[in-house]
Amino acid sequence: MPVKILTEHINVPGIDTFEVYRKMGGYTAVEKALKKMTPEEIVEEVKKSGVRGRGGAGFPMGMKWSFLAKPEGVPRYLVCNADESEPGTFKDHYLMKNNPHLLIEGMIVSSFALGANKSFIYVRGELMYVIHILEKAIEEAKAAGFLGKNILGTGYDLELVVQPGGGAYICGEETALLESLEGKRGNPRNKPPFPAVKGLYQCPTVVNNVESISNTPWIVNNGGEAYAALGVGRSTGTKLISVSGHVNKPGVYEIPLGITVEDFIYADEWCGGIRPGHHLKAVVAGGSSVPILPANLILTLANGDKRLMTYESLSDGGFATGTMLGSGGFIVMDETTCIVRNTLTFARFYHHESCGQCSPCREGTGWMDKVLDRIEHGKGNMRDIDLLVDVAKKIEGNTICPLGDAAAWPIAAAIRHFRHEFEWHVTHPLEATKPGAVYRGEMELV
Amino acid sequence: MTETTHTVAFTTERLAKAKEIIARYPEGKQKSALLPLLHLAQEQYGWVSPEVMDYVAGLLNILPIEVYEVASFYTMFHLDPVGKHVIEYCRTGPCCLMGGEDVYGYLKTKLGINTGETTPDGKFTIKEVECLAACGWGPVFQVREKYYMNLTNDKIDEIIDELSKD
Repeated sequence: MPVKILTEHINVPGIDTFEVYRKMGGYTAVEKALKKMTPEEIVEEVKKSGVRGRGGAGFPMGMKWSFLAKPEGVPRYLVCNADESEPGTFKDHYLMKNNPHLLIEGMIVSSFALGANKSFIYVRGELMYVIHILEKAIEEAKAAGFLGKNILGTGYDLELVVQPGGGAYICGEETALLESLEGKRGNPRNKPPFPAVKGLYQCPTVVNNVESISNTPWIVNNGGEAYAALGVGRSTGTKLISVSGHVNKPGVYEIPLGITVEDFIYADEWCGGIRPGHHLKAVVAGGSSVPILPANLILTLANGDKRLMTYESLSDGGFATGTMLGSGGFIVMDETTCIVRNTLTFARFYHHESCGQCSPCREGTGWMDKVLDRIEHGKGNMRDIDLLVDVAKKIEGNTICPLGDAAAWPIAAAIRHFRHEFEWHVTHPLEATKPGAVYRGEMELV
Repeated sequence: MTETTHTVAFTTERLAKAKEIIARYPEGKQKSALLPLLHLAQEQYGWVSPEVMDYVAGLLNILPIEVYEVASFYTMFHLDPVGKHVIEYCRTGPCCLMGGEDVYGYLKTKLGINTGETTPDGKFTIKEVECLAACGWGPVFQVREKYYMNLTNDKIDEIIDELSKD
């Protein structure tokens, strides 16, 4: 059995209560960290672990921690990003609702390591029921002496605040999240200064994803080297993958980084294959923002090797033949999927979620939505396809935050790999606009 | 102050909750309580009217415009009156792959209203929203704090029956 760092006890009845969580070995990392380690030693272990930001960017967490400015007399903050909104991604939702104490424990050891005495968990507002679960867990931890003043008699104080968002994808971007936490619109900030220097309330701040923080108790207990021993190369540890779409067993899986994509899709231990009678057509491997890949490219690299579930292997070949691990939102599509229609739902999403601050994104996402809508409804022409590529190119890299890139990539990739489907909508508008119509021409299925 | 302004106020219980929330943030950073307070207000009134926003501004000692610009940015806040039960269905890719469009179509036919509308008896409003972070359990909709997942036409019948009793 592969090592489970985050989900080993997730199905234990009552694991959401302090009592059961503690019985299963919970909060030992807090005892070890606060009583036997210095903050610097914890940061060192997290660095050694090689764990990378699990929100999507994959930036080494220990390095991010080491950038935190420490001016005298200025409070420092840890903010947990639980604004999970990337289409295809629901792992943090799953983790927090089932095992809230794991995140609380991670928040305590991470806050101690960073020298924060007040930390925030910013949860997307739609998950209000999860906020109640977290608040109850916090109360329990406080009652047991693991939160509040003078934790375990060590002199360390920590208060945890759970903050609801208001329904805005953009607040998953860390500076927009900080703006939102300050009670403002979620407009991303210009960088520099980075949050590590001027973050929440203009104080040094670290923003980390739920899954990233939830790894820290295990790292404290077992050491960074043990964590780094799992996985392959620079993709260390395990990763939660959210699986949706046309597989037999959608859900959240904790995988050791390094298994093959083929195994992940077809093995009974994971997705259990494509639903009966159907074939794999395409996969969006890391949340809606990453490039879609057709079946053959997601399974196999250009050199014929099998593609692996790692940061490096998924991005092998660049955007020409590769994609990204991103947030691990793994959306699987069989041959009944119309790529144009699916791409349109993504375009509509980014149009809706653009904060409107930068013109290329505000205007571009709207144009892409409109042009795609035209093609999907049989009213497009061939020039529209190139127009989409052109608009995508003009958004990419020209905005304050990565939402622009995130909106441009999926559209450019869908046209790169499935151009014939877009053309078919133009040349066969009557056929293409019938309910449930899907291009059945030249197509490689697996 | 208009007369309506006087009529808007948190219940005693919610006012206590609001004060507890405001005290969570460092001195001088009380504006951070804005989103939590708007949620609290919407819980009480069902939607966020200009009067409610003015009231929240007063509690936080900020300008009303600071509340308006925030309330209108975040999609969860209803700036117009809504029905007793607001059904917010996810229209994003993964839910559509699982047959979302058909199921939501059934919901609209069953209630006899379109997205953005409220039933004449004021019981149901349908809204479409973007990804609700429950993609593996799609199609999904949310009614207040509750998630309804793996939706089918039959399930929708049951849910609407249940909510109609309320």
